[in-house]
Amino acid sequence: MAHRKVGFGLRGIGHAVVNGVGRLGYASRFFLMILIGSGASFRRIHLTIREIYFTGVMSLIIILVSGLFVGMVLGLQGYETLQKYGSESALGSLVALSLVRELGPVLAALLFASRAGSAITAEIGLMKATEQIAAMEMMAVDPISRVVAPRFWAGVTSMPLLAAMFSAVGVFGGYLVGVVFIGVDVGSFWSQMEAAVDFRQDIVNGVIKSVVFGIAVTAIALFEGYDAPPTAEGVSHATTRTVVTSALVVLGLDFILTVFMFRGV
Amino acid sequence: MERTTLDMWVGAFMVGGLIALLILAFKVGNLGGYDGSKTYRVYGEFDNIGGLKIKAPVKSAGVVVGRVSGIQFDNKTFRAHVEMRLSQNNLFPKDTSAAILTSGLLGEQYIGLEAGGDEANLKNGDKFKLTQSAMVLEQLIGQALFSKASGEGGDKNTAQGGNKKP
Repeated sequence: MAHRKVGFGLRGIGHAVVNGVGRLGYASRFFLMILIGSGASFRRIHLTIREIYFTGVMSLIIILVSGLFVGMVLGLQGYETLQKYGSESALGSLVALSLVRELGPVLAALLFASRAGSAITAEIGLMKATEQIAAMEMMAVDPISRVVAPRFWAGVTSMPLLAAMFSAVGVFGGYLVGVVFIGVDVGSFWSQMEAAVDFRQDIVNGVIKSVVFGIAVTAIALFEGYDAPPTAEGVSHATTRTVVTSALVVLGLDFILTVFMFRGV
Repeated sequence: MERTTLDMWVGAFMVGGLIALLILAFKVGNLGGYDGSKTYRVYGEFDNIGGLKIKAPVKSAGVVVGRVSGIQFDNKTFRAHVEMRLSQNNLFPKDTSAAILTSGLLGEQYIGLEAGGDEANLKNGDKFKLTQSAMVLEQLIGQALFSKASGEGGDKNTAQGGNKKP
């Protein structure tokens, strides 16, 4: 009896591993197909612009509001801790560095995954479920270059811009709480910030991070949608998986990138 | 939605993102700050730079006049070779001395310049003749303990360590 249970368990593990590796391979092939098929998204730029509207512009509100509140909370919490050491003038550099290096790209990517990524997955999953994608193939229209690639490039373009806006609004939020409400000195707030934040080291690295996150989140969302079983349940599962996988991948990638970028400088 | 309105929104989005990037670069970052003005390079050799880092400020009378642009170890003299970029607006006499100081008890370290009385000014590539190393807390404590142990008279000899006894 026992050896049959063990057999089932082993088979389960093997099944999961083979499945996972197979999906990863399919995902990589899908990513390559997007890159190969992305000529049309630049030749017919209005396709991409339309998708930038849906992924980027529609995410603006949530990004700006969250950025403002994150910055304000950073201002409050940072002030609470810094004033214990009598260095509340460093509030500006604390807010700016944490936003530009980490919180801006990461939180913007997480919000982007839940706002735009899930929408992309649901849309493509439904297109597949209602056989629109199959219909395109019947008409000799490549669905990858017509439907998938424009969304990919729209996501990759929007993400760094959204992250930059998140950070900028967050710094303003920190300024609002720190300087306007609490009364930290304006001059030291900005000058300490300028002294601490380096263009190449902090801002460019933050932008690189957000570009990488943009690629990851959009590719995951597109793949989950394209790979979803063409049923209502399948699409709903795929949407959930998009958000969960993107969040994990973004946080994991963030760790790896941070190790490379800020190794004890 | 009509295509022109859509284009307008996307264009506004792009402009907003680029403006945010510019704000980050110039207002938050240091791109618009010191690097714009003209600078000249001067060097200093120190026995010990403590925790001095690249981009640390160079101050004179408390005012930032430049930044540390490079730190190297000199293999011949076994000392630290520090390169500084000073703003062209601030010229110092040739016999100016440089010291590594700390802002606050545990704050960041910076280079303080004490102007001398020479007629000629420091030029690009010149070297500070007089330098003073960073104070290392362990050495100060050691000195203080040593002078304490060696009796009453020793106290007066340690000019720096006298008031920092543990």
